[in-house]
Amino acid sequence: MDRSGDMLRVAIWRSRGDGGGFAHYDVPREASQTVLDVVTYVQRRLEPSLAYRFACRVGMCGSCAMTVNGVARWTCRTHVARVADGDRLEIAPLANLPVVKDLVTDMREFFDKWARARGRFGGARTRRDDFARVDPASPARRAADAGIECIGCGVCYASCDVVRWRPDFLGPAALNRAWTLVNDSRDTAQRERLAAVAGDAGCHACHTQGSCTERCPKHIAPTAAIAGLKRATARAAVRGTLGAEPR
Amino acid sequence: MRRASDWRAHRHPSWWAFVAHRVSGLALAIFLPLHFLALSTALRGDAALDGFLRYTERPLFKVAEWGLVVLLAVHLAGGVRILMIEFAPWSGLRKDFIALTCGAGIVAGLAFALALVH
Amino acid sequence: MKRAAAATAAGRSDAAGRVLADAIRQGRRWYWQRMSAMVLALCVLVHLVTIVYAVRAGLSAEAVLARTRGSLAFGAFYGVFVLACAVHVPIGLARIAEEWLGTAPRVADAAASALAWLLAALGLVAVYGMVAG
Repeated sequence: MDRSGDMLRVAIWRSRGDGGGFAHYDVPREASQTVLDVVTYVQRRLEPSLAYRFACRVGMCGSCAMTVNGVARWTCRTHVARVADGDRLEIAPLANLPVVKDLVTDMREFFDKWARARGRFGGARTRRDDFARVDPASPARRAADAGIECIGCGVCYASCDVVRWRPDFLGPAALNRAWTLVNDSRDTAQRERLAAVAGDAGCHACHTQGSCTERCPKHIAPTAAIAGLKRATARAAVRGTLGAEPR
Repeated sequence: MRRASDWRAHRHPSWWAFVAHRVSGLALAIFLPLHFLALSTALRGDAALDGFLRYTERPLFKVAEWGLVVLLAVHLAGGVRILMIEFAPWSGLRKDFIALTCGAGIVAGLAFALALVH
Repeated sequence: MKRAAAATAAGRSDAAGRVLADAIRQGRRWYWQRMSAMVLALCVLVHLVTIVYAVRAGLSAEAVLARTRGSLAFGAFYGVFVLACAVHVPIGLARIAEEWLGTAPRVADAAASALAWLLAALGLVAVYGMVAG
């Protein structure tokens, strides 16, 4: 049904002092309109001071993630026709992250937790060594491949209630990345990584609510990764190798 | 400042399964010490336990018992789902198990109700 | 296992060692909650079936105690059941306290340990009362 010509009643979160509230705008509907189109229209035609983030606008970079009608989504890949509540649209910044201004959140803690989870590769080979041989069909490599497409958009982090309840919780994205590296046969930082992701700041606080897996726009399953980390850390703890210095 | 998710973010089965599991667990945890105390009246002899059991013949008690049986079945089935997710090979959020959990609650509730009126 | 973990934790700086020791303790707690859950899955299934049958037969002290008095099988089964509950229930409650009541982790853990002992004591006394009387 082509709704172009109708008007959308859009509520957009605006910062005010230490808090904020929703400001209302009327935006003409277009065919195949995305939520990012709506935000762009408001900023260009109605409210030049509106702050928001985007980059590629084609679903590759993850910069445009916002809360649309209460649910975290990529706004460039969310068609208004699919999510509008009648003629109403509510657009707010991602949850669980400090708001810089309007629709822009401070992503530093998201990436800091990525680092705290040892989400970076640590290898032992140099350019003088031969290539590492990794069988792409091995269970470990398949487990890693299932999670490596993450682009750090923050949708899972914004959707997770444990993140809200426990400020120290590393979150689904950081733990998912850690799991891909746990399964990377070339990585040599396994002991430190398992120690980093264990405990209530790590994988053990996850209650399998599944919001991360449900909302991930790349269809990654952090729930699966976290379950894997639970097993791996338990195994290490039982063997007494969790966090132990390598002999 | 940070914004928090509201109920609209929670409209998916896996979330409801979490809430059901937590609430049922909480209710059962409150009930359990009372259950142990009640049964330990048997220490004072058959008559003491019998006295207590007759007290539980009241309709309100029977409804509460029925509720606890349903919550126990729901917590059990939901718990098995979590164990599957955490220990079995990954097969999604096991939404079939969520349906099974509802079924387990219904079956347990029916079985208990039928046993009561028998 | 505890001593080995503490020794490795002591090898680090104080704060890092404490963080690691906490993580190990929390991981172990997760493990025991899942292990007790597996035991409880079987126990609860048996218990639910038993209760439905017992209620059908009519809940009177004679009917119930006739089956439990002097029964080693009853004592053993429900003894294990009680101990699994004593492990499983407090861990879950402590998580709820931390997440929904804002209880400090150390306080929640201490309360959980106390509750575990209480449940074990109450439950085993109840089992004893129904077996030995």
